[in-house]
Amino acid sequence: MRPTTARRSLASLAMLLTAGLTLTACGEDGGSESSGGTSPGEGKSECAGLTGFGDLTGKEVKVYTSIVAPEDASQKDSYKLFTTCTGAKVVYEGSREFEAQLVVRVKSGNPPDIAYVPQPGLLKTLVTDTGKVAQAPETVSKNVDEFWGQDWKDYGTVDGKFYAAPLGANVKSFVWYSPTMFKENGWAIPTTWDEMTKLSDTIAATGTKPWCFGIESGDATGWPLTDFVEDAVIRDAGPEVYNDWVAHKIAFNDPQIAESVDRVGDILKNGDYVNGGIGDAKSIATTAWTDGGFPILDGKCAMQKQANFYAAQWPKGTNVSETGDVFAFYLPTTNDKFGEPIVGGGEFVTAFSDRPEVQAFQTYLSSDTWANEKAKATPDGGWVSANTGLDVANLVSPIDKLTAETFQSEDAVFRFDASDQMPGAVGAGSFWKEMTSWITGQSTKETLDNIEGSWK
Amino acid sequence: MSTAEKLLQLFIVLALFAGVMVAVLVIADRFRTKRGELVQTAVFVIPAVLMITLGLLYPGLRTVYESFRDANSTQFVGWENYQTIFTDKNQLGVLRNTAVWVLVTPVAATFIGLVYAILVDRSRFEKFAKALIFLPMAISLVGASLIWKFVYDYRSAENDQIGLLNEILKVLGFDTYRFLLTEPWNTLFLILIMIWVQAGFAMTVLSAAIRAIPGDIIDSARLDGVSAMQMFRHITVPMIRPSLIVVLTTISIATLKVFDIVRTATGGNFDTSVLAYEFYVQSFRSFNGGLGAALAVLLFALVTPIVVYNIRQLRRLEAR
Repeated sequence: MRPTTARRSLASLAMLLTAGLTLTACGEDGGSESSGGTSPGEGKSECAGLTGFGDLTGKEVKVYTSIVAPEDASQKDSYKLFTTCTGAKVVYEGSREFEAQLVVRVKSGNPPDIAYVPQPGLLKTLVTDTGKVAQAPETVSKNVDEFWGQDWKDYGTVDGKFYAAPLGANVKSFVWYSPTMFKENGWAIPTTWDEMTKLSDTIAATGTKPWCFGIESGDATGWPLTDFVEDAVIRDAGPEVYNDWVAHKIAFNDPQIAESVDRVGDILKNGDYVNGGIGDAKSIATTAWTDGGFPILDGKCAMQKQANFYAAQWPKGTNVSETGDVFAFYLPTTNDKFGEPIVGGGEFVTAFSDRPEVQAFQTYLSSDTWANEKAKATPDGGWVSANTGLDVANLVSPIDKLTAETFQSEDAVFRFDASDQMPGAVGAGSFWKEMTSWITGQSTKETLDNIEGSWK
Repeated sequence: MSTAEKLLQLFIVLALFAGVMVAVLVIADRFRTKRGELVQTAVFVIPAVLMITLGLLYPGLRTVYESFRDANSTQFVGWENYQTIFTDKNQLGVLRNTAVWVLVTPVAATFIGLVYAILVDRSRFEKFAKALIFLPMAISLVGASLIWKFVYDYRSAENDQIGLLNEILKVLGFDTYRFLLTEPWNTLFLILIMIWVQAGFAMTVLSAAIRAIPGDIIDSARLDGVSAMQMFRHITVPMIRPSLIVVLTTISIATLKVFDIVRTATGGNFDTSVLAYEFYVQSFRSFNGGLGAALAVLLFALVTPIVVYNIRQLRRLEAR
């Protein structure tokens, strides 16, 4: 509730009486408010959830995101229906320096209306450190309950209060391979981790290095490696231990974590397995993550563990499909105790204002309508949401379909990228940095001890 | 915003600026008496002082204040952030790298620039040779780092190389080398990028200084029968000493603030981070505002004496 001084309410009461104006009551946090008037979308079926916000013609919603050209075009296209339904315009601003700039903008009193925050950890920092994040209205909360479920809702919740609904999503638990190469050699897609190790041995015996990988990413170098470790942890120790690890209820250098890091090391630090077409294990550290999978196209490497969004990295003309040049399979499990764990990421729609047009936009983005609009606005593929209202048929590319099906699978247990949830000093600092040192030769024990030491 | 609106905005801003200037001049003009001169001075100085206070002094003092507080600036922690800088293993590495950068870069760049300036002086290819070494100055540090990142690129020897240096090593029959990864030499390979960019600047300034040495001094030295080495040591270097110092200090300042090269080439990994980059990482990646501010203050403390010395030398140079 907004604090109002007695004087101010008296003044507004006086104004009400003298001018004889009828004012619509101001809404409180958690509820949604209307600006009155007749919504331009009244009577149109696709505008069903938005007409309650009234006529928003002439209003603007400022959106700040990390999604830049060319991916921003489909975002902007998917907002057209919103403008048709409510009359409000969306002003879009994308920046590569988003993560650093957002906090600066919010702290200096110049926040956007809405920001797509890609890390729950950053959302938490924004809520607790700045106190300027607005709670999500009831309409958004209902949409998230209906289309996403509790695990996703928890990532947008800080200290028991629900702030941000998820937007897009990605799956990191994929292994990229070449269907043609597999077919020519008679290799089958592995369904367990042991099968994957056996396949790696088979491939290594032919003289081809089975794995390739790159983790260089400017000042974010190391992140693909932390993803690999997270995928190993959730498979070995299960989703519950994964949560404890993220919340620092178990130490970072816990034996369970060390076991999973070593499991990754069995692949990435094995000179017979890596780094196809590039060099040895150390060369992983200096290979750009965007180039990590290219040796697959040259037949010098067979597999690369990387997220679904790697699809955008393949050179133009590469056929990305089950029968094409490259495709992905689900990173197999190490045991069958925990279903099909998925590690992934996504953005969260964080609002810094509770004006009606902002809440209307939040509501629109959290609906199944928007998810399908966005899918249709992305004819070249490369976008998926975990919104269960998303019709897989609306997705175009095979890899997007695979990703959406992975999300909607019955055995799927989703967990958000652990490094994105940890405090910045660890998740975007020591975890990346120490894993980079690890791949260039540092021992597992020293690596984990150092990360644990940095978590205060 | 449409073009017409933008033009209108431009016009309004220009009108505002003109209005303020006219107001200042009118006010200053009204005080013509002896005492009025004081007012006149104040009218001209106060806006500048105000802007410096707001844009420079306040943020500066604020940073010093933040450096004594914790990550979110919620409580006072005394000297803890500074203690971290001088005791933490990673931060000590940052200090060591910064020291190497500041010791090696200015000396190497100036030396190369000086030798080059003397070698090409009055030679047949002077203009072409000078243009060649001056060209990198036109490239931004990020661009230069990207270029060198390709030059340094590593593939193991049995693969096709895309890195120029490793291709040369391979052709010569050597094993390929991890230029950006192998500590502690990787810092030197980063420094090489900076030298590549800055040597042209040193060469230009020093070449002009050498030209300015009076001919009679050189002639009389020749009459005394000096060798080329003696001429360089006893005539050229002492005569261009002020320019040498300006070049050295200017490159030192640029080096202390180096950020682009480290960020682009290695992202501060493999023990290559330096003060200016670490300050950014702590403030905007790890959100440790306190430590970031402390690093910024330390950087400021290190740069200030060099800047003061540099300005003094510049003044001396202009006075001549």
